[in-house]
Amino acid sequence: MKKQSVIVKGWASFVLCAILMSGCVTEKEAAPNAGADNGSAPIEAKGDSIKVGILHSLSGTMAISEVSVKDAEMLAIEEINAAGGVLGKQIEPVIEDGASDWPTFAEKAGKLLQQDKVAAVFGGWTSASRKAMLPVFEQNNGLLFYPVQYEGLESSPNIFYTGATTNQQIVPSVSWLLENRGSKMFLLGSDYVFPRTANKIIKAQLTAEGGELAGEEYTPLGHTDFSTIIAKIKEAKPDIVYNTLNGDSNVAFFKQLKDAGITSKDMTTLSVSVAEEEIRGIGADILEGHLAAWNYYQSTDTPENKAFVDKYKAKYGADRVTADPIEAGYTAVYLWKAAVEKAGSTEVAKVKEAAKGIEFAAPEGKVTIDGDNQHIYKTVRIGEVQADGQFKELWNSGEPVKPDPYLKTYDWAKGLSGE
Amino acid sequence: MEMTILQVFNGLSVSSILLLIALGLAVTFGLMNVINMAHGELIMIGAYSTYVTQGLFTAYMPKSWFDTYFIAALLVSFVVAALIGWLLEMILIRHLYGRPLDSLLATWGVGMMLQQIARFIFGAPNVAVTSPSWLNGGLAITSSIVLPYKRLFIIVLVALVLTAMYLYIYRTVQGRRMRAVMQNRNMAGCLGISTRRVDGLTFAIGSGIAGIAGCALTLLGPIGPSIGTYYIVDAFMVVVLGGVGKLIGTVAGALGIGMFNTLFETYTSASIGKVLVFALIVAFLQWKPRGLVALRTRSLD
Repeated sequence: MKKQSVIVKGWASFVLCAILMSGCVTEKEAAPNAGADNGSAPIEAKGDSIKVGILHSLSGTMAISEVSVKDAEMLAIEEINAAGGVLGKQIEPVIEDGASDWPTFAEKAGKLLQQDKVAAVFGGWTSASRKAMLPVFEQNNGLLFYPVQYEGLESSPNIFYTGATTNQQIVPSVSWLLENRGSKMFLLGSDYVFPRTANKIIKAQLTAEGGELAGEEYTPLGHTDFSTIIAKIKEAKPDIVYNTLNGDSNVAFFKQLKDAGITSKDMTTLSVSVAEEEIRGIGADILEGHLAAWNYYQSTDTPENKAFVDKYKAKYGADRVTADPIEAGYTAVYLWKAAVEKAGSTEVAKVKEAAKGIEFAAPEGKVTIDGDNQHIYKTVRIGEVQADGQFKELWNSGEPVKPDPYLKTYDWAKGLSGE
Repeated sequence: MEMTILQVFNGLSVSSILLLIALGLAVTFGLMNVINMAHGELIMIGAYSTYVTQGLFTAYMPKSWFDTYFIAALLVSFVVAALIGWLLEMILIRHLYGRPLDSLLATWGVGMMLQQIARFIFGAPNVAVTSPSWLNGGLAITSSIVLPYKRLFIIVLVALVLTAMYLYIYRTVQGRRMRAVMQNRNMAGCLGISTRRVDGLTFAIGSGIAGIAGCALTLLGPIGPSIGTYYIVDAFMVVVLGGVGKLIGTVAGALGIGMFNTLFETYTSASIGKVLVFALIVAFLQWKPRGLVALRTRSLD
């Protein structure tokens, strides 16, 4: 039976390799395998309804975050339909599952545009999924509303970015930390495009604004043992840990940080991927006192937000929470509606033209579509986690910040956008 | 110096966690030769059992009893995961003995189904478990060396599970039957041992230990439908490196990977550290293809 054990082991190592490779592949920019055939299909509303696509991961690792965004988008569609629809027509959502797999996102985007002929698609979460969909939307001249904060340095004519770009989240939060919490900063992130790009920007900013880099560490996605990294943090003794970890690693990091005897009183941490939804999965007792930077919190005090939170909870359950990307998904549907009504058509070119300068009273406050780069003006907010799992706002930018995805208005950022 | 002491402890701790997640697999894969890709999901089941147990304690038990929920959860996790493992063996695995490729694909499929079922029942977002208060904090050796109680607890737990497994396999009648069946199924059957029952029981025990691992991991890591995928690669690595079929090999494999991983991570980064460990394992397996402790008594049949 020697042979069998060799075979068994052979297969085991094959599977290990397969798993490892699939881990790698998911982080690369996947080439779209849903090719576009012949350019733009004229999208006209037919009959009494207008089709729009909803394309999020409803299964797989990203489902944890994306299902809630889908729920918010469906809520917005339902509200608009109840109020008479768009251009007198009802919106008909076509829901597809991106399955946390970037080529699938590209394929489903192609299906939505070519087969369903949707007027617009609301979808995506990870930068990898957006980058996979981008060429599909450009080739088919479709319209994508992307609801998540991201690393900037992108501006596709076929995408509206309703989440923050770097100068609406990371850059102002770094400045605030340097002014209020000390100068020695430790950068910790997951090992993929968003944290690496974000940290490149932060390092340039630290140099320009008199900060000091205490260390920089990256972990594979899904990393669950932070003992060594915490030991390194202890040795580096930073004032601040700037945390760009994504997903489940945050749970492990904060649990183990607390066990190692480091609390928010000893050291400031600021996270850019920990929102209300993640707090529920980590435990508010563990996160209490730690900071986050976003454009919206469930606790944000606007009348629009009060109504939004009430409606969201009424529809999906009192135990559900809202968070920044959820709000950005909800806002995206309304921005699209406003643009379509102004254009009087769902034709992509007309909607894009009409979208310039459109304003909307979103739950986060007033937002405006920037005509140049199709991002939106957003207010920046720094919040502190409270014992009840909600944020208390410590600082905000006072007014919506103009989006600047290539950081052209910052001298120190020259050379960053070169690629 | 302090960093060194801390890192030796961290290395031990990482090893103990690796050993805990690999022990169940050492039974199902190591002894039974089933490439059990659903092992990670059995860990997940253990984690969710802990979550449910905690919920029940909060709802039905006096508040002062809350801290004891974790002990109950360890037992519940073992029983629930063992039951599901036993069912799995009854329905599926027993048709697949001696067919490594089929069992690989089938258990992979089962793993995905279990993930999706967890998503239906508990929802896609992670859930939180409050760890018992007696495990909060740590043992302060000096001001900068704090050994978290949770990590110490896991080291003790692994030692206990390992001892129990050793006693069961090598010191009881059932254990002897198990070894007999794993070494030579036909001969054991001829001598009157019900190999079917032994198979079911062995697989259930392996699964139950995965459940215990899941329970313990709620102390340190996330609890969600896809957590199994984070641990499965490490678990296979430990068993393959250690040498299939011997418990002591699994222990050696876990210690080796844990210590080297921590060492490399200290001087490079988490990503590079992992790459170096894998490179080392691949190189080692070139030299000794059968792992650290190469003993396959099955070669008789």
